[in-house]
Order: sequence, then C-alpha cells, then structure tokens
Amino acid sequence: MTETNDGPDGASRGGDGAEPLLKLRGIDKHFGPVQALYGVNLDLPAGQVTGLCGDNGAGKSVLTRCIAGVHQPDHGQIYFEGRPVHIRTARDAAALGIETVYQDLALADNLDIVQNMFLGREPLRHWLLDEDSMEKQAAETLSTLRVTTVRSIRQPVASLSGGQRQAVAVAKAVMWNSKVVLLDEPTAALGVVQTRMVLDLVKRLRDHGLAVMVISHNLNDVFEVADRIAVLYLGRMVAEGPAADFDRQSVVEYMTTGSHSGRPFEPAASASGEG
Amino acid sequence: MTADSGEASTGTANAGSAVDLTSAPAAAAADVPAALVAQSMRQYLRAWWQQVRSGNSGVLPVILAMVLVAVVFEIVTPEHAFLRPSNLVYVFGLSTVYMVLAMAETLVLLLGEIDLSVGAVALIGGVIAFKLVQQPGPGWPWWAAIIAAVAICGLFGALQGTLIALLKIPSFVVSLGGFLLFSGILIVVLGGADGNVSVSSSAPNQRVIYDLVQGLIVPAASWVALAVVVVAAGVAIWLRAAARRRQGLVAPPVSLTVIRIALVALVGAAVVTICTVNRGTFLVKVEGVPWVVPIVLVVLGGWTVLLQRTRFGRYVYAIGGNPEAARRAGVRLATIRIWCFALCSASAALGGILLGSFFFGEYSTNTADPGQLVLYTVAAAVIGGVSLFGGRGKAIHGVLGGLLIGGIAYGVSLLNLGTLATPLEYIVPGGVLLGAVLVDVLSRRGTGSVTRV
Amino acid sequence: MSDVIDPTAAPAAAAAEVPPELVARSLSQYLRAWWLRVRGGDSGVLPVVLAIVVVAVSFQVANSTFLSAQNLVNLFEQSTIYMLLAMAEIFALLLGEIDLSVGLVMAISSVVVAELVQPSGADWPWWAAIIVALLACAAVGAIQGTLVARLKMPSFIVTLGGLLILEGVGIIVLNGSLVSIGNSRFTNEAFLYNIFYGHFSPVVGWILLAVLVGAVGAGLWLRDASKSRHGLETPPRSLTAMKIGVIALAGIAIVAIANVNRAHSGTIEGVPFIIPIVLVVLAAWTLLLQRTRFGRYVYAIGGNPEAARRAGVSLPAVRIWGFVLASLTSGIAGVLFLSWQVEVTTNIIKTANSYVLLAVAAAVIGGTSLFGGRGKTIHGVLGGLVIGGIYNGLYLLGVQSQWIDVVVAGVLLAAAAVDVLSRRGAPRQA
Repeated sequence: MTETNDGPDGASRGGDGAEPLLKLRGIDKHFGPVQALYGVNLDLPAGQVTGLCGDNGAGKSVLTRCIAGVHQPDHGQIYFEGRPVHIRTARDAAALGIETVYQDLALADNLDIVQNMFLGREPLRHWLLDEDSMEKQAAETLSTLRVTTVRSIRQPVASLSGGQRQAVAVAKAVMWNSKVVLLDEPTAALGVVQTRMVLDLVKRLRDHGLAVMVISHNLNDVFEVADRIAVLYLGRMVAEGPAADFDRQSVVEYMTTGSHSGRPFEPAASASGEG
Repeated sequence: MTADSGEASTGTANAGSAVDLTSAPAAAAADVPAALVAQSMRQYLRAWWQQVRSGNSGVLPVILAMVLVAVVFEIVTPEHAFLRPSNLVYVFGLSTVYMVLAMAETLVLLLGEIDLSVGAVALIGGVIAFKLVQQPGPGWPWWAAIIAAVAICGLFGALQGTLIALLKIPSFVVSLGGFLLFSGILIVVLGGADGNVSVSSSAPNQRVIYDLVQGLIVPAASWVALAVVVVAAGVAIWLRAAARRRQGLVAPPVSLTVIRIALVALVGAAVVTICTVNRGTFLVKVEGVPWVVPIVLVVLGGWTVLLQRTRFGRYVYAIGGNPEAARRAGVRLATIRIWCFALCSASAALGGILLGSFFFGEYSTNTADPGQLVLYTVAAAVIGGVSLFGGRGKAIHGVLGGLLIGGIAYGVSLLNLGTLATPLEYIVPGGVLLGAVLVDVLSRRGTGSVTRV
Repeated sequence: MSDVIDPTAAPAAAAAEVPPELVARSLSQYLRAWWLRVRGGDSGVLPVVLAIVVVAVSFQVANSTFLSAQNLVNLFEQSTIYMLLAMAEIFALLLGEIDLSVGLVMAISSVVVAELVQPSGADWPWWAAIIVALLACAAVGAIQGTLVARLKMPSFIVTLGGLLILEGVGIIVLNGSLVSIGNSRFTNEAFLYNIFYGHFSPVVGWILLAVLVGAVGAGLWLRDASKSRHGLETPPRSLTAMKIGVIALAGIAIVAIANVNRAHSGTIEGVPFIIPIVLVVLAAWTLLLQRTRFGRYVYAIGGNPEAARRAGVSLPAVRIWGFVLASLTSGIAGVLFLSWQVEVTTNIIKTANSYVLLAVAAAVIGGTSLFGGRGKTIHGVLGGLVIGGIYNGLYLLGVQSQWIDVVVAGVLLAAAAVDVLSRRGAPRQA
C-alpha cells in the first residue's frame, strides 16, 4: 500500500523503472471486416490513474472490454504483474483482480446497497445468506472509501443520487481485493457536486495502491485525476505518457487528428511509457 | 479490500472535501426502511410515517383494505353475517387456495414475468392427486399422490419456463398457450367436460386429503400449537436483533421487537379464538383450527426463507430489478427463470389439492374455472403488494392478498343479488385486478422508476 | 489508412432485408432476391401459404370431404370470424401491445345488435343497431387504450381485466335469457341473418369478380406507370402482370367453388356476402396502415417508441386509436358472429371469449410479430384461414373440442417460437 499523499500532480511516482501492474502489448482486435484496434500498447501502473481519451469510435470501449474479458484480442499479449495472462471471461478478469465499472453501473434498483455490492458472490452460512457479515464488510469498504453520504447501507439503490450510485458501483468493484479498476465514463450524467465526489473517490482508489483507468470524454476530469494519459485515435494508441507531458490543446489534437502540430507523439525525457 | 480504514482516513490530502454528505436528496430519506435508521420507538414511528406518506407503505394498504372489506360486508350482508366465526373460518378456508396460488405466482412476478396457466395447472394437480388415491383405482398412499401431483405440475412449469427462458418467447404468450393446453388436458384427465372425482372422508387414506382444509385441530391442541409458534417466533426475532446488536450493526429498538412479538401473539390468539368457537350445533360440535392454517404457515415460511435468505432468492430479485446487472454478476438467468416457473407450478398443484379439499373433497369442472382462478391469483398477489413489473414483493404479500380476495369473493356471494349474482362473478375480479394494477403502476410512478417509454 | 473503416462491411448481411422489388429490374433478378430474403429469415407470407397447403393436403388425405366445395365454403365462412378478429388483433400487435378482449368485444357487439333489433323490445332498424354496437365497441377500446397509453398499465392485464368486466356486462345486457334473430318475419332480423347465410347469384359473383380484378389490375398498373414517370424504381412489368394473374386466378377459383351447388337438397350456390365484407375491411385497414400517416406512426411506435416520440408522434393518441380500431374491428366481427350463431346465450359469450387465442394465433401464424412493428392486415386473413382449416379439419375427423384446444395451443406456441426465432435471425436485432 502506498502512503503517498501528494496531490494529483505526483505523476512520476511509482512509474519509473517499475514494472506496470497491467501491461498490454500489440493488441489487435477486429470484428468481421472492421479492425477496431491496431497493435495497442498500454501500461497501467499501480498507484496511478491513467486517463484513456479518444473520440467516439476510437476503440476505447473495445480496449476496455478486452481487458475486462468481454472480448478477446486477436493478437497481442496482456501481462499482469509481469506474467503473460489470457483473460477469456469476465470471471477470469475478476480472478486476477481486474474489475470494471460500466457506464450503466449495472445495479439492481430494487436491491439495497449491501445486496448489490455482493450480487453474485454472496457468502453463505448454514446454506443461508450471511447477511450480517455482508453488511459489516460492505460498511467497512464504504467507510474506507469515505463514502459516508448514504443514510443507511440497507436502503434500496433506487433512492440514491447519481454520484452515490457511482460510489456504490466503485465500492462493489474494489471490495474483492481488486488491483485494477476500469471506470467507463464515471462522471457522465453527473452534476458538479456529484462529479467532485466521484473524482475524490477515484483519487482515493489510487492512494490505496490500485491501478485505475478512467475512460472519459471530459478533459477537465481527466486532467484533474489522471497521472498518466493515453490517447486512442482510430484504433491506434497515438500518445501515452505522464499527464505532465500533455496539455488540453495537445490531447484534443491527438484525439481528432492522431498527431500534435503535425508530429506524432514523442515521449518526453522523463517519460515512463515504452518499457 | 487491501487498505484499512485507519490509513485511508488520515492519509488523504483533500480529506476536507471528503464527500458532501448533504448531496443525498431529501426525498430519498423517505425510501430508507424505517427500521434501519431509527434507534428509538419514536424515531421509528416518525420514519415509518414519512415512508408511508412517500407512497412506500408496505403491507399497510392491504391491511386497511381488509378492514374496509370486513366492515362494508358486515354492514351490507343480510343479517350482518360476514363477521360470524363460521363465515370467517369459511373465508379463511377459501382464501388458502388463493394464498398458496398467489405465493406461487409471486415467484414468477418477482422475475418480471407472469404465469397465466397457474389456474389450469393447479386444477390438473388437484385432479391428479385425487385420481391417484381412488379406490378401486391406483390406490396410492396420500403422500405419494400429493408428491406425484406436485412433481408433474412442476414439470409442466419447467417446460413453460424453458420456452420462456431459452427461446425468449414472452411469458404471457407461453402461459396463455399453456392455459389453453392445460385446460384441455384437465378435461381429459377429469374424464370429459362433466366428469368429476372425489375423495371420501370415510376411507382413511383419502381422509387425509379431505382433511387438508376440512380437518380441524382440537381446541386444546390449537392453543398449545399457538404457544409453541409464538415462543419460537419470538425467540427467533429476539435472537436476531440481539445478534445484530452484538456485532455492532444497526438493530431495531428493543421496544419495537417486543411490540412485534406481541403482535404475532395477538393475531395468533385472535385466529385461534375465532376458530375454537363452536360453529356447529350444540350436539354436533365443529370447533378448532383447520389443518390448512399450519399448512399455509409452513408454505409461507418456506417461500420466505427461500426468497429472503438464499442465493436463489437474491438472484430472483436481482433479475426482476435489473437482468443485465444479474447477468454481469454471473447469475445464470435461464436456470433461475426455469426454476421459478417450475416452483410456481409445483406449488400451484398444492393449491389445487387444497381447492378440492375445500369443496368437501369433490372435484368437478363446475367447482372451479381455471380462467377465473388465475385472475383471482394474479389480483391477490398484486393487491397484496407484489409488483407486476418485477423485483418487488414478498411471500407474505401473497397471503394477505389471498385473504382479501377470498373475503371479497365470499362477501359478494353472501349478498342477495338475484340476477346480478352471475355477472358480478366476472365484474368483481376484473375490477379488483385492474384496481390492484392501477395502484401498482401509480406507486411505481411515485418512486420515480419508469418502466417503459 | 485505407483499411480503417470499410464502408462495404454492412451490405452483405443487409441485402437480405431489402424487399426484392426494390432492387430487381427483371423477373429472374426478382426471384433471386426473393429467395435470398427467404433464406435470410424474412419470408413474408410464404410460411403461411405453405401452412395452408400443408393443412389442406393433410386433412384431405385424412378425410376426402375436406376439399369438397361444400366444406370449403363452410370452412371459409367459419374462418371469416377468425380473419376479422386477427385483423383487429393486428392493430394491437403492431403497437407492441396485445388485446385479449377482442373475443368479448365481439360478443358485446353481438348482444347489443341482437337486443336492439328485438321487435318486442327496442325494435330499431338493423343499421342503427349495428352503428350503436360499433360505437359501444369503439368506446370500450378507447377506455382500455386510455388505461394502457395514459396510465401505462400493461396491455395484457388491462384487457384481461377488461374482458372479465365485459363478460359481466354482456350477461347483464343479455338479461339472463336467450336472444335470437332467427325470425324471418321481421325484416331487420332477416337482414342480419342474411349477412352470414346470404349469397350472390352465380352470375353476379362472376361480374363482381371481373370488376374487382379489373379495378385492382388497373390500380397496380397505374401506380407502376406513375412511379416510372417520376423516375422511381419500378418492379418489372412481367412481375406486375403475374401479380394480377395470381389475383384473378385465386378469385376465379373462389367464385367457381362457391358457385357449385352445396345443398343436400334444392339449390344453394353463389358467393357468400361475407367474402366481399372481409375484402372491404381488408382493403380499408391495408390502406390505413400502409398509406396514411397514422399507419406509419403505428409501425414507428411498434419498432421504436422512443424514436417515434422524438419525431413528434403523440404516442398516447396513436395507441388509443390502435385499441379503438381493434375493438371496432372486433365489433364488425360481432355482427357476423351474431348472424352466424343466430342466437346469443351466456354460453355463446363464453365461446366468443375463447376466440381471442385463435385470433392471436391467426395473426402470429400469418406473419405478424408479437413484438410490434412487423405485420400487415393480409396476414390476419391468411392466418385466419389456417386456423379455420385446422378447426374445421379436426372437427371433420371427429376430434373432441378439448383436444382441438390442445392442438390450437400448440399451434400458437409454435407460431410464437417461429416469430421469436425469425427475429433472432434478422440482423437488425440489437
């Protein structure tokens, strides 16, 4: 567990030299005649937030699903803690400690917070659900993440605000000793206050030593939380490096044209990117 | 979780902004179950009142409706006969059929599906059990006949469930086809449109089935049984609250626990008192609690544990609330769906057997119309508080709704309506069904969840 | 970068979805395109036509009177009820809803008409009775439609509760007794009786057929001509000629069969009145659904309600009208039903109710989807013929009514399964 408490600009921390927790090399994916990903490389170091940017159709979702085990890459290799791994199903990903929070959150409105957090992995005691231990563990996780706005963790998810739902979805993802958390558009459809709350939560995940990937259209949010930034353009990774190497202008240019001032991305001297 | 809370709380730079506690909308407060946030009786009552005012009123409407139905029928029936003990016991006997069927239907409704074949399947189950104990005839022991009927009907349910879960045909179409199919088969197994089958109360083996609804527990035994049930329930409630308190979890106030146990005891005492009044003549005494009361309680207990305390039940609710979330959580939707339809039909068979027993052990196509039965069943479940849209409802709702429907059905039949009697047999269940669904739709709208465009 | 996104990716699969007449310039092209589409799972009326052939052949093998002129006319008369109810149901199905009350609405219409023309009672003229009955049915549809569209209650529950209430209302209106229109001394009753049992003389049948084929042929031909004048793609001439030829042949076959003397003694020959009645309803509803804005909106709502809403379609209004039209069509069926049954009793009301499943089955067998947005009025007519054939054939074989129910339930489930599977095969499904 990292004890570093510096703000979002502590970008180089843990990056240099250390093996990234999750490493993608040369990922290709096509659907029928349509090629979605071309030889994508990506590093997700522990204790850092990586912002994945890209225009619609750039391949962000496909890349996320390849990591989450929903799709399998046609070529290329995924390394987890340095070992090559094959992620064939969502269960494989969960076994490795990779959790995904999708944009639609996938919470059942009629179930309460505890029930949602344990959905599909309920502990049993005498063949019956062990409600009390679930409740305690859920309460611990939420307080660790400092999610304290909910009145009761036994209230149905239907009664939560958008930010609280996002928090529950994130808590559900990190409760299982996860090491990598992928967040798909976590702040879309949230108001200012709620966005603030979710971004704070993302920072807290990083402080707990998780490798976090945030997929977002909103560059404000990306620059707010990301230690590293990766940009996809038409299925290719056109730029990847510490957030300090980018500014808003350059990210937008990479997203829309695949290059910056007519030149492809070149890692800065301090970069940790291509190992 | 690898991190522990101590480090996290001291270790976050922007701890001041931690999370804005006030962002929880005020309206949401009303949705929190009252028992969870209250630490004292007063707080509990206030929270409960808030919840009721926000439209999330639990079993309150159905209980109020029962009181209303009782009062109205007591006033309008000739000789004010509705609340006589003999009538109340009769209503309860009739209602048990709807209760068991409504609990069965609840399983399917929770998934967001519907089973319209439940009436026909129930009647087939009853006829099978009755046919199997016939002497001369198969002459099976009563328990084997009941198990066979339940198993065969469970198979029917599994077949329909398979069509629904694997082929993705809408459940109301499948079960409507099933309704037609099983109504046809019912006439076949009954031996023609005017066929009938009965069990006799004089043959010991058949008498068990006859006694399911007609049989009585002697008054003394009734009181003993009540005492046992109340003590057991009380101890369970008390231990559970104590265990939660010991583990540092939020528990309801002690006074509330006491009141709950007292309520269980009071309702039980009232039921036993009513049932132990002599309903016969001075010479031929008819008194005691019908066997069907503990039977319904066992079914209720079984379904409640299954739905509230097992993974299966949890997944049923999850599928009803958000099938996609359940799928991503690794729940096998098709398996759960098929099991629900199988269990629904299996317990419908039990309802069908109770129906035959209620009609003094005689079964004919005249005693029950599968179409009317299914409408009463769906209406009972929905009026009890089970949502037609899935994910909301409990087994107890089926019991309360069944009692209400039984009361209405019998109350109407007590009235001297002349030529209006026949049409009202159709208009009343139709109106009750529409009313119940209307309440369901409106209460969902109140909580802000939208079901369709 | 040339291989980034391949714009030609889609068409291979999509080609099967295009109606063949849109892409074909010659008959052979047309046939090839049509075959592609059939193989792609979107086979139009082909399955139901095949079903009709299968039903006809197998019952003919089992009982040689099945295809006799006498039985065919009988079968067709019986089927008209299913056809009209299926056409009614299609309005609800196209919207993605279902109307389980069509059978009882039909019964209500029968009861109202019968009661109103009673010489000892209201003694209204037949036309006034029919108008009032149809208005009453439309009102029932409007109420049910309002509950579905405005209060967002599920349609199958609304119409299930509705049919129960209607059954009670029907018994009240019937007043516990039997109502008959079988007394030929009263002109109103005789007229109603003749709707089902009356027929044209053979010569008139041929003349009507000639007029009809001429009108349809001219219509098709003129439409093609005007299309090509405006520079739009038109089907090949030979195809249009073939279509007209098929219609003429089918018409000639029907008139020829109907003109055979089918009485045991004396003479009963000629085309029954109900055939033109069904054709008029078919034409009117086809026009309404295919050529008006309302019809377009019905399909739009069935396909994607949200898209329709964003396009400014008033969903509640269209849905309510859909239910009104369904009930209205059921009301028309009720007039025929009364004429067929001659008298109405509480048992007849129950029988009418059991027709709803036949109506749904007929619509779905005909090719209308249970999920909305796919289907045409003609599917109701063809599906009704299949159901009528099965019922009639099983009856001829002496099968008991409860087993006929079992067979029909199986047919309904099979049709629903085919509907689901064909949707799954279609590439446009999400």
